[in-house]
Amino acid sequence: MNRRDFLKFALRGSAALALAKGLDEIFQPAALPASWQPVRWVFLVDTYKCIGCGFCVKACKLENEIPFEANVSRTWVERYVVTKEGKVFADTPQEARNGFITDRVDLGKDRYRDIPKEKIDKAFFVPKLCNQCEKPPCVQVCPVGATYQTPDGVVLVDRQWCIGCGYCIMACPYGMRFFHPVYHVAEKCNFCYHRINKGMKPACVSACPMEARKIGNLKEPEDPVTKIIRTQRVEIHKGEYGTKPQVYYLGLSEEVR
Amino acid sequence: MHVLRPLYVVLALAGMILIARIFVVPEDFGIHEKGYMYGWYRKANEEEWKAFKVKYQGKEYCQDCHAQLEQEVRSSRHNIIECENCHGPALEHPSDPQKLTIDRSRELCLRCHTYLPYPTSKRSEIKGIDPNQHNPGGECVVCHNPHQASKPR
Repeated sequence: MNRRDFLKFALRGSAALALAKGLDEIFQPAALPASWQPVRWVFLVDTYKCIGCGFCVKACKLENEIPFEANVSRTWVERYVVTKEGKVFADTPQEARNGFITDRVDLGKDRYRDIPKEKIDKAFFVPKLCNQCEKPPCVQVCPVGATYQTPDGVVLVDRQWCIGCGYCIMACPYGMRFFHPVYHVAEKCNFCYHRINKGMKPACVSACPMEARKIGNLKEPEDPVTKIIRTQRVEIHKGEYGTKPQVYYLGLSEEVR
Repeated sequence: MHVLRPLYVVLALAGMILIARIFVVPEDFGIHEKGYMYGWYRKANEEEWKAFKVKYQGKEYCQDCHAQLEQEVRSSRHNIIECENCHGPALEHPSDPQKLTIDRSRELCLRCHTYLPYPTSKRSEIKGIDPNQHNPGGECVVCHNPHQASKPR
């Protein structure tokens, strides 16, 4: 073997080794079976069915120990009233924990608006909850690893680990996060993780009399919720942020922010 | 060399922090299924959340003892409403609490039965009242039986 052949051989050999190592690192064959999960929780909200009773908010607050009279909640219901003049009025008085029991729209700062029936073009209710994003920005910004995505796609907060810096509250484009009034750490909806892992439905889903809220497993093709998401025209909130939210809506309108 | 002393101090400090970390950070803290960006956390916290206490037990739980009442509600239009929506979370009832906090208020009924003239919402299809016109201030349950919604008392 002369020097030229030896160098060629050495170069090809190391290139082959580097390629093999690179492929192994990119595709991680050892990690593949472990990364496959049989469950991916998703949520479906049918805004046509929602009547704004607020029983979901009440159940959520009591189930998840969020002080009832505090003006923070893991879930809430928004009302949108669109007038014939094209004006949009939206409110969610006290997160709708006591429902919508008056047709006066709460404009904030003790200002109210009565909108006569003849002037309304459309009006509807939109329940909101954590989107359990596939790419959650709130998790990316946590400096201490206190918030994370579980293998089945739910974003949780480790109350023991959270230092209360509030980055995640700033990062969520949906305004889902808040400080827990008692524990003073970041708090958010987690699809009632303790209930769904016992085969129960989230408290808000059980409490809804109109079946406007549903939970399902996206990895199960025969799941009724998965079927609707696959076959019907569903919408998500703020898709332009690229967070890949996993709460799907039926009957969402452009007025909804 | 005395100019290197601050360097030794820094190195010693860094070493101490690294040693302290071994004792402070639990073993299950690290990168898990979702990778470094989304899955860097303390694994035991998943189980802590799963062990969170369930308060709302559902209709089936109430049914075991209150079968007759459940039957009564089932034949009425209110069969779509969970018992605990009005009666409060069951928790471990009847052992704890012995009696539930039942909400009999007018405001509870008005959550659904204030008439709101909203097209494109099911709310306008529900039998509703104007709370300022229909016996203002009165308790609904005086005349209406919530378990048998369609019939008056």
